[in-house]
Amino acid sequence: MPSVRPGPGPCVYALAFVTGSGKCGAGVHRSWRPAALVASVAVLVLLPLAALGQEEESVFTQLRVENEEGERVPVEGVLITVTTPDEAAVGQAETDTEGIVQIAVPGPGEYLVTVDAITLPAGVFLRDPSRTTLSVNVLPGQLGRALFALSPTPPVDAEGGVLGGRINFSGRALAQLTTEGLKLGLFLAMAAIGLSLIFGTTGLVNFAHGEMIGWGMLWAYFFNVYGFAGAFGFLSGLPPPFGGGVNLIFAIMIAALFGAGLGYAMDKIVFAPLRRRGVSLIAQLVVTIGISIFLRYVYLFAFGGVPRFYEDYTAQSGNEFFGLITITPKDLITGTLSLLILVAIGFVLNFTRIGKAMRAVSDNRDLAESSGIDVQKVIRFVWVSGGALAALGGAFLGLSEVVGFNTGFRFLLLIFAGVILGGLGTAYGALIGCLIVGIGIQVSTLFIPTELKNVGALAVLIVVLVIRPQGIMGRRERIG
Amino acid sequence: MLDDATTTDQPLSRLPWEPGVSKPDPILVVDGMRRAFGGLVAVDVDHLEVQRGVITALIGPNGAGKTTFFNLLTGFDSPDRGHVVFDGDTIDKANPHNLAQRGMVRTFQLTKALTKLPVIENMKLGAKNQAGERFFKALFTPLWGKQESEIEQRADELLTRFKMDHMRDEYAGTLSGGQRKLLEMARSLMAEPRLVMLDEPMAGVNPALTQSLLEHVKNLREAGITVMFVEHDMDVVRDISDWVVVMAEGRIIAEGPPESIGQNKAVIDAYLGVHHDAALDLEEEEARLAEAQRSEEEE
Amino acid sequence: MIDWGFIFNQSLTQAIDFNAIAFVLAAMGINVHFGYAGLLNFGQIGFVAMGAYGFGLTFTLLGSNSVLLAVAVGIGFSVIFALLLGIPTLRLRADYLAIVTIAAAEIVRLVARSTPLRDITGGAEGLNQFIGPFRDLNPFNAGSVYGFGPWSYRGSQLFVIIIGWILVALVVLLIRQLMNSPWGRVVKAIREDEDAARALGKNAYWYKLQALILGGVLGGLAGMILAAGNAAIQPDFFSAPQTFLFWLVLILGGVGKVWSPVVGAVLYWVIITFIRNLGRQLVSAGYVPTTVIDTSQIDQIQFWIVGLALALLMVFRPQGIFGSKEEMALDAR
Repeated sequence: MPSVRPGPGPCVYALAFVTGSGKCGAGVHRSWRPAALVASVAVLVLLPLAALGQEEESVFTQLRVENEEGERVPVEGVLITVTTPDEAAVGQAETDTEGIVQIAVPGPGEYLVTVDAITLPAGVFLRDPSRTTLSVNVLPGQLGRALFALSPTPPVDAEGGVLGGRINFSGRALAQLTTEGLKLGLFLAMAAIGLSLIFGTTGLVNFAHGEMIGWGMLWAYFFNVYGFAGAFGFLSGLPPPFGGGVNLIFAIMIAALFGAGLGYAMDKIVFAPLRRRGVSLIAQLVVTIGISIFLRYVYLFAFGGVPRFYEDYTAQSGNEFFGLITITPKDLITGTLSLLILVAIGFVLNFTRIGKAMRAVSDNRDLAESSGIDVQKVIRFVWVSGGALAALGGAFLGLSEVVGFNTGFRFLLLIFAGVILGGLGTAYGALIGCLIVGIGIQVSTLFIPTELKNVGALAVLIVVLVIRPQGIMGRRERIG
Repeated sequence: MLDDATTTDQPLSRLPWEPGVSKPDPILVVDGMRRAFGGLVAVDVDHLEVQRGVITALIGPNGAGKTTFFNLLTGFDSPDRGHVVFDGDTIDKANPHNLAQRGMVRTFQLTKALTKLPVIENMKLGAKNQAGERFFKALFTPLWGKQESEIEQRADELLTRFKMDHMRDEYAGTLSGGQRKLLEMARSLMAEPRLVMLDEPMAGVNPALTQSLLEHVKNLREAGITVMFVEHDMDVVRDISDWVVVMAEGRIIAEGPPESIGQNKAVIDAYLGVHHDAALDLEEEEARLAEAQRSEEEE
Repeated sequence: MIDWGFIFNQSLTQAIDFNAIAFVLAAMGINVHFGYAGLLNFGQIGFVAMGAYGFGLTFTLLGSNSVLLAVAVGIGFSVIFALLLGIPTLRLRADYLAIVTIAAAEIVRLVARSTPLRDITGGAEGLNQFIGPFRDLNPFNAGSVYGFGPWSYRGSQLFVIIIGWILVALVVLLIRQLMNSPWGRVVKAIREDEDAARALGKNAYWYKLQALILGGVLGGLAGMILAAGNAAIQPDFFSAPQTFLFWLVLILGGVGKVWSPVVGAVLYWVIITFIRNLGRQLVSAGYVPTTVIDTSQIDQIQFWIVGLALALLMVFRPQGIFGSKEEMALDAR
């Protein structure tokens, strides 16, 4: 998914009904008066219209775009979908000749409104291609209005012209998508290392790993937005970094620390005792599922169903490299960082005592145990470092994508694809597999609709198992 | 099938004592079989013939590749290359269940009694060609009920012969290690095998049961069933086997009747060479055992 | 004020409603997979979706009016799905199947709700114009309410409920027959030790595939019951966590016993409906302030309980609420 934020500049709004948490830059309003003006006129014109449907709550949007003469014309035939925050469908309709859609909702509350970018006519673009979904708060007996900013020109700093639909093939697009994919792959790989090492040392496939990723993402968000005051209310009077949100960089560090803590807790409280009791791996696997579901719905409860963004570094314009690709500074930094971390992990695995111990345990647990390695300690270390890496990967993914309660689970499936492609239980295999999956997902948008890009990755998983079940790096003895 | 055990010993006694020697009536012929794990060549057998109707022991020091060889022969592992003929049929790359249906049935070093099934169900599982094992026929008891009672009768007879009839309805999980070995052997007989492959049949068996197990193995030969077994205990090998095959480092280094093996130089080197250089300390021995068990479990 | 009568009434009504029936069937499928054959299917909801869409699409896409054909297509979809998942994975370790099934179930949902397929599957809205031929078979008056004691259902609902419980009875008989047959013996042997079964000449792969298909078809039947009961098919119902509700139902009743999904599903729906309604009333009556929790969040808490119960039962009572520990103690693993 691209991570283009609207920068300051001409921004044509479909309709300036702004309620709910439509976030398309308050600053933009200030810098470009005409839009606000048009908006207020439109409000006056359409108020009576809105009043017609007062008996029932519904979601409303009108899509308009500026034509060459500077007139704002309605956009017809665009598919709008309304869902509840946990993605249960509510309704779907196309915009009419006035560019209007009104979809009844079952009651007041929070809803997600999605514009289907593929159905936008030629020459009409979303101002911000990543914001196809908005959250709308519908009050009792009222319309909830969603605002989608449309533009007659492709987004200025679009990375490869990603428009939510299929992307036209060009060398430039390919280069750009490969870069995006590499970044995604690096983040996935970082998050996957823990999964792979835990599997290697204990034989357990941890289905709660997605929630460990989400854990990092959500704590980074929490500290970035609410800071320490969010946790300790009495601090709220103090100046930042104590009173309000802390800078994202620190927030991510704290999140990684929390991730290590979660890994520690999961092994200490749950899995170490289960191993001691001699509970079968299959039963342990079902336990990871239970933990996964529990945590995911705790996240939903605490965070809500609407995807959000960090406070810092969301709107960055990219720098061009080699005249081919555009990378934002944040992507460059997080990508480089994850590459460095992965190299460091390779170093640790190959040259340090604990790393060698980890590989020895993965290779042959009993042999390792009898040669004096404290296997339980190694496993504890794997859980802690795996938890930290998952959290870090999650926090980075939150920066390049969205922060959501179930984002971690979505990524888990991609990580499974990567890890199986590379070879379950091999650290290097996980890295290579995830890179291939990341690049594959992004480049596949040249050929298939973007909403199906993850499906492609999961389908590859099944194909790999048919052709080469041990993966690229795996040994065939492990799989049977 | 040969009816008299003594006559079967005769042809073998005249054979030269050399690896890969051809037998008068082989039931199993192996050619150029090789299996490598990464860089380690676990099995590299040029030629081996197993004589029909006799008991052949497969011995060798730890890590000689005996169990891997067994797995390759029984289809539980597939060789990198190699050629196997079982009773006239080429069985390269055959699945374990195909081999079992053709009459080659194996047991395992670590017993695989089906703990949550009663002993009698364990036994009945062994019978071949059961109509009721087909999904749609299983739905209609009359289609398999008669066969089932025949199988049950045969199972009861075998259990009586193995002196396990009193445990008939117990869960197999309640049996002792030795009893499980007995059950496994009896169960494999339900499949009416021509060749039984026993992987360390005496390992972990209470000495009191050893003699009984040995008798059962000998009885297999009397019943005309060919037996091949892996064993560590040289006393056992001397006691029951008609022919001994020695493996070391994946290769077959010697063959001959049991009494010949003790004097074979290659065998002494293979066994004692290891022990002379560095006596296996207890810890290493245990680690190897654990490794063997682990790889067994993984398969 | 809390209306206890209403809460109990609701709980009893839900206990035998078509949702519970669908849960019974889907959990019976998992029981065949996990309880008898030892297969880890974490994507049962994918089979449910296949059954539901196969059923619905027969009417909407093929334009058929035959309910029997729709059921056959639904079963066919489930079988194809089982083959697709089973053929690559059943030779591998058990956890590969787990990963592939959970991923495949998500693929089904994402593809079904995708815009390019909107003309076929109805996209994110799903299908809702297919129930006519089924309703035509209904001997009851669709609009009127039929009742007995605390149970009362509309005619359209009652029809699905009666068909559903008959189906459950047939499936119980089927599974009992199969598991007492030599076929069941082989399947159970494979669960215990695949290699032992193979060494005795049983084609473990083929039996596992048969078990996967059988359990998957039961999931498909659950999907058809849901489609008929709701008169609608919504792709987002088929999301990954649903599968684990079925798992919980199975574990509540006790893994590997024919009746356990029936016990588990009824128990689950009574408990969940009770908690849900009590929670809602506590909030709306003001006993619990909405700053702590609002009514929409009560359904989320349901999943907390599901997750915790799944983990705890699996460790401490894998034999189910009413099962005996003895049989489990034999498990050497």
